[in-house]
Amino acid sequence: MTHTFLIKYAEIALKGKNRHLFEEALVQQIKYAVKKTGCEYAVRRAQGRIYVDVEDGDAYDDDEVIDALKHVFGIVGICPIINLEDDDFEGICRAAVEHMGAEYPEREGLTFKVNARRARKDYFKDSMEINADVGEAILDAYPEFKVDVHHPDINLYIEVRETVSIYSRVIPGPGGMPVGTSGKGMLLLSGGIDSPVAGYMVAKRGVKIDAVYFHAPPYTSERAKQKVVDLARIVSAYTGPIYLHVINFTAIQMYIYEKCPHDELTIIMRRYMMKIAQTIAEDTGSMGLITGESIGQVASQTMQSLACTDEVCHIPVYRPLIGFDKNEIVEISQKIGTFETSILPYEDCCTIFVAKHPVTKPRLDVIVRHEQNLTEDIDRLVREALDTDEVIIVR
Amino acid sequence: MMEAYLDNSATTRPYSEVTDAVAKVMYETYGNPSSMHMMGVKAEKYLTEATDILVGTLKCRPSEILYTSGGTESDNTALFGVAHARRRSGRHIITTRIEHPAILEPCACLEKEGYEISYLGTDEYGRIDPDELETLIRPDTILVSIMHTNNEIGALEPLEAAGAVIKKKNPECIFHVDAVQGYAKDTIIPKKLNIDLMSVSAHKFHGPRGVGFLYIKDKTRIDPLIYGGGQQKGMRSGTENVPGIYGMAVAAKKSYEDLEADLRRMYGLKKQFMEELVSIDEVSINGIPGMDPGCVIPAIDAGTEDMADIRKRMGAPHIISASFEGVRSEVLLHALEDKGIYVSAGSACASNRPHVSATLTSIGLRKDLLDSTIRFSMSTFTTREELDYTLEALNDLLPTLRRFTRH
Repeated sequence: MTHTFLIKYAEIALKGKNRHLFEEALVQQIKYAVKKTGCEYAVRRAQGRIYVDVEDGDAYDDDEVIDALKHVFGIVGICPIINLEDDDFEGICRAAVEHMGAEYPEREGLTFKVNARRARKDYFKDSMEINADVGEAILDAYPEFKVDVHHPDINLYIEVRETVSIYSRVIPGPGGMPVGTSGKGMLLLSGGIDSPVAGYMVAKRGVKIDAVYFHAPPYTSERAKQKVVDLARIVSAYTGPIYLHVINFTAIQMYIYEKCPHDELTIIMRRYMMKIAQTIAEDTGSMGLITGESIGQVASQTMQSLACTDEVCHIPVYRPLIGFDKNEIVEISQKIGTFETSILPYEDCCTIFVAKHPVTKPRLDVIVRHEQNLTEDIDRLVREALDTDEVIIVR
Repeated sequence: MMEAYLDNSATTRPYSEVTDAVAKVMYETYGNPSSMHMMGVKAEKYLTEATDILVGTLKCRPSEILYTSGGTESDNTALFGVAHARRRSGRHIITTRIEHPAILEPCACLEKEGYEISYLGTDEYGRIDPDELETLIRPDTILVSIMHTNNEIGALEPLEAAGAVIKKKNPECIFHVDAVQGYAKDTIIPKKLNIDLMSVSAHKFHGPRGVGFLYIKDKTRIDPLIYGGGQQKGMRSGTENVPGIYGMAVAAKKSYEDLEADLRRMYGLKKQFMEELVSIDEVSINGIPGMDPGCVIPAIDAGTEDMADIRKRMGAPHIISASFEGVRSEVLLHALEDKGIYVSAGSACASNRPHVSATLTSIGLRKDLLDSTIRFSMSTFTTREELDYTLEALNDLLPTLRRFTRH
């Protein structure tokens, strides 16, 4: 037996001549997601629809397949359908009645409406006739149902195309655009709550994600690094494989600590993180940096601080959470499943040396002047840090 | 790279004799000791042999050994078993603030069930006061639970005095001892110390993980924790872990074979290690009388002096708790790890989840040192070279680590 899912997508259909490319990307992402369930499957495209056929083997689990599809950006709705190869009308009625009976065992007082669509205009009944006749067949079998064409509890869809699809359940997908349709970005990933959400948000607009994590042994532990890998893995269920670059940042951090005022430590540190991330981004084809910053959340995220960090970047910095409150970010992180991992108690390198009273309104000229204390060794240390780049392919 | 495994209070490397014995029994004698056929009988023989060995180390009877899955189960069985069996005699239990969570968490559970728990404090060396214990014991006190050796600082509790006080004040009161860190590091004769129940875990003395026992003095009233097929006279159902139990016995036998010489060697190492630690700037040792900053180190000759005296003055042979001013323990731990040295943090703190050690608080350790304390724990495998290497690493690391602290 085969379980078939009709995939609904909206936004990408609007993209004119590019539509073909978008559908291709969506099919790729669907394949990547469903493959993980371990089932035999096929994805087909027909007349502006995408169908996923999954074999009912030992590995098959309805919830697991639907969950996998819920992770694919670009999908607006997931509809488990009854797929009829034959367009014989009696067969359609029988299947529709069977479906209504099986899906809604407690039907007393439930209202429904049949929504037929006929893509094949040569079919011998038109949509209105299909609606009326299938509705009648259902009422004959189950007189407990009532018809309500304005606000039905159940919308029973019947699509007559090359094959016939019958369904009444539309499970919402994540929306957005298929990953791979909008270029690639480099996410600055820490172990916190915000950055995985930022990666999710940008990927939702079709951007492929790479990530960079700054590791500061022995101040941050192997477990802190593992936590970041785990977070990347959760995000990768939405984005596809993530190339995670792990950079050893300890020497730079220490050098800044020794040479610069402590209340400016975080801001200067972040400037060097951005520089390094930018270099890796350029080397690996990313068109921008992505961070989880939101205005005013911490000292390094005031408008003044953001201006100072931005100043070292010549590629765009995307901050999808910029106007979000913490509780809004937490809500998304819970929804996408990163929250529980994010709150595990391991230090990240931003919190280790943080000053009691960091500057909240840094002045760029002052920061740049203090950075001159670093002239002697910093270029070498940055080069050496880049040499430590360990790439973990997270999938 | 040289390695120094100094986390033996977390777990130990099994003796090769143990892994050999476990593999052999597991592979060859896989019968169920409850089965009536030959295969079962063979397995039972290993159980009997194991019990004989363990009984020899405690000078007790075979009927007094209850096999469990380890220290935590032994402790849980002792607490819930006595509390439930004796609920009609009273609902008061006494323990200490510095017990392992395997004691403290069941106590918290029992409190919710309506039992009253009194917690003994300690002096600055982690020792309870038997006089205070005496004032707490009431006619409705059904159980006193005190650990043999504290797992964080190696304090040795005055069990003999405690046992005497308990039996004097309330002879019906059960005395449980968590000897997870003490068994195989000391000859413990429960009868001499008035101990009714005692928890032991195999993997702390080079035995296999997942196995331990609870000594239960004959005629002690105690309920089972686990019900089922009625093995071990119904006290702990479930097919006996024959290879594990036999492995534990092999480890016990080997540990007790030459215990005194081994202890003297470890005390020698401990003394020298402590002396060298305090010679580093702003390092202090916790839980050892005479090791306070500025104090004179006890002039003890671990080779010849009376063992009771050595214990009294130096605590457990294998545990050294040291505080390093101005260094966060987690950072030091990872820096040592980088050099192949494995230790535990006395009290791990993370910026978003503070955890404060009850033991370190109970001995009155300065607040700023709570997060700067490391536990080194040795075993019979620990060598002079490993400790020298560790000291060298510390001397190397501390100046750098101290330069970079949170302000």
